[in-house]
Amino acid sequence: MNQQIFTIIENKPLTGSVYRLRLGGNTSAITAPGQFVNIKLEGKFLRRPISVCDRSGSMLTLIYKTVGKGTEQLSRMTKGDQLDVLTGLGNGYDLEPSGEHPLLIGGGVGIPPLFGLADELLQKGCKVTAILGFNTADEIFYADEFRMLGVETHITIVDGSAGIKGFVTDAMKDLDYSYFYACGPEPMLKAVYKTSVTSGQMSFEKRMGCGFGACMGCSCRTVTGYKRICKEGPVLRKEEICWEN
Amino acid sequence: MGKLSVNLCGIELDNPIIPASGTFGYGYEFAELYDINILGTFSCKGTTLQPRFGNETPRIAEAPAGMINSVGLQNPGVEAVISEELPKLKKCFHKPMMANASGFSIEEYAAVCEKLDRERQVGWLEVNISCPNVHGGGMSFGTDPEMAAAVTRAVKAVTTKPVIMKLSPNVTDIPAIARACENAGADGLSLINTLMAMRIDIKTGKPILANVTGGLSGPAIFPIALRMVWQVSHAVSIPVIGMGGISSAEDVIEMMMAGATAVEIGAANLVDPFICKKIIEDLPAVMDRLGLEQIRNKK
Repeated sequence: MNQQIFTIIENKPLTGSVYRLRLGGNTSAITAPGQFVNIKLEGKFLRRPISVCDRSGSMLTLIYKTVGKGTEQLSRMTKGDQLDVLTGLGNGYDLEPSGEHPLLIGGGVGIPPLFGLADELLQKGCKVTAILGFNTADEIFYADEFRMLGVETHITIVDGSAGIKGFVTDAMKDLDYSYFYACGPEPMLKAVYKTSVTSGQMSFEKRMGCGFGACMGCSCRTVTGYKRICKEGPVLRKEEICWEN
Repeated sequence: MGKLSVNLCGIELDNPIIPASGTFGYGYEFAELYDINILGTFSCKGTTLQPRFGNETPRIAEAPAGMINSVGLQNPGVEAVISEELPKLKKCFHKPMMANASGFSIEEYAAVCEKLDRERQVGWLEVNISCPNVHGGGMSFGTDPEMAAAVTRAVKAVTTKPVIMKLSPNVTDIPAIARACENAGADGLSLINTLMAMRIDIKTGKPILANVTGGLSGPAIFPIALRMVWQVSHAVSIPVIGMGGISSAEDVIEMMMAGATAVEIGAANLVDPFICKKIIEDLPAVMDRLGLEQIRNKK
């Protein structure tokens, strides 16, 4: 982890409430896809944790959804504005056990970290398939970007207004894969956990205090003991997950 | 005598800056970010007799100029702290550290403190009396002068190192609690712990924290902390550590002017992990600007 000042290169809406934020600065603390950054916003006490979508050289791409006053404030910032960022937080995904044909499963704003992961898995020589789940067709983002990367991409839409009607797990059943990587809301992760036929890794979200392991605000129970989502997570292996409810 | 040095219960500190319990782990995590030997000392995560997971999550809610936490004393228990955490700290911190102890009965406080007191790395014991007394209907030890004094006496009877009682602000008469601790043998006091608070998610109508209530910290509570440190330091003759929302060198000086011998910095560490280092670096220039030659108070 380190603390860096980043400059906004782009902050543009991809859908009605999802924005892509591109930042310029020192990205060297980021060592794995699935890590996150924690952003200080003027007038807000706690930082806002946002997962890293992609990183190339000195450019960092984040995709976030406006869910409250903090992220709404972030969405109003423009090119040239500066941000105080704690970067390189969390463990990120481990590419090692992927096998030759990993499946990526993302729901809503859980999709972005899978993009950087897909890029690295492709570079490793894997054949990558992705299922991207949304509630409605107008929420779709980044499907073309995944396809352009070379990922076999399936879209599921809860209301059936596009793609496959249903949930990500409805698309999972028909696919062969060597391993899976998932990120999305907890009910989706739970369903993926039950549906999956291989081992895999899942990225979790929890309300955080510091984001770097100091406050114990985001602790969870796992098979191998207590873990901090911000430090030993956000990615947990399927075998170590304990569902709390 | 350094410009920033202070004396806390007989032990010289290079400066009065002490990261507060619960915001600095067992120290070694922050040693990856900067040399923590620049600190006066630090207060470790609150330690109990048995390992504790703490409260359910969510444990954190934001507040204007602050945050509310209900972590609930998650810690590995005193035995694991001694066998696993302190050896890790020893490699990166070479000053006496402040061991923060909690308990849910008078016996538990005494047992935890007795064990920590034997550790060479421990310079002071800081006793958190904001916990509920399981034998006393769940009322916090720190809200009653008699109970606060009873904890102090029990800890003092089994320890050799300076005992600092950490006071709760959730009381009507904090000088009375402070005097009770002093009369029971406390070597110092630290205050304030967090203020009981809550938030409700207006989309669901439900409390944000799983525990419903939690403790408010951050700049929001600084003026309250300052007032209580002023009241307490005028009511007792033992040293007082001031804390509550400090986040700048100016805040440190203001808290020292209210009567504090040293200060603890809590919530600010969680939003800026380098804040204690920055404050230590900023202090000399701020003191020069104010014409202050020494930061230490006479007490």
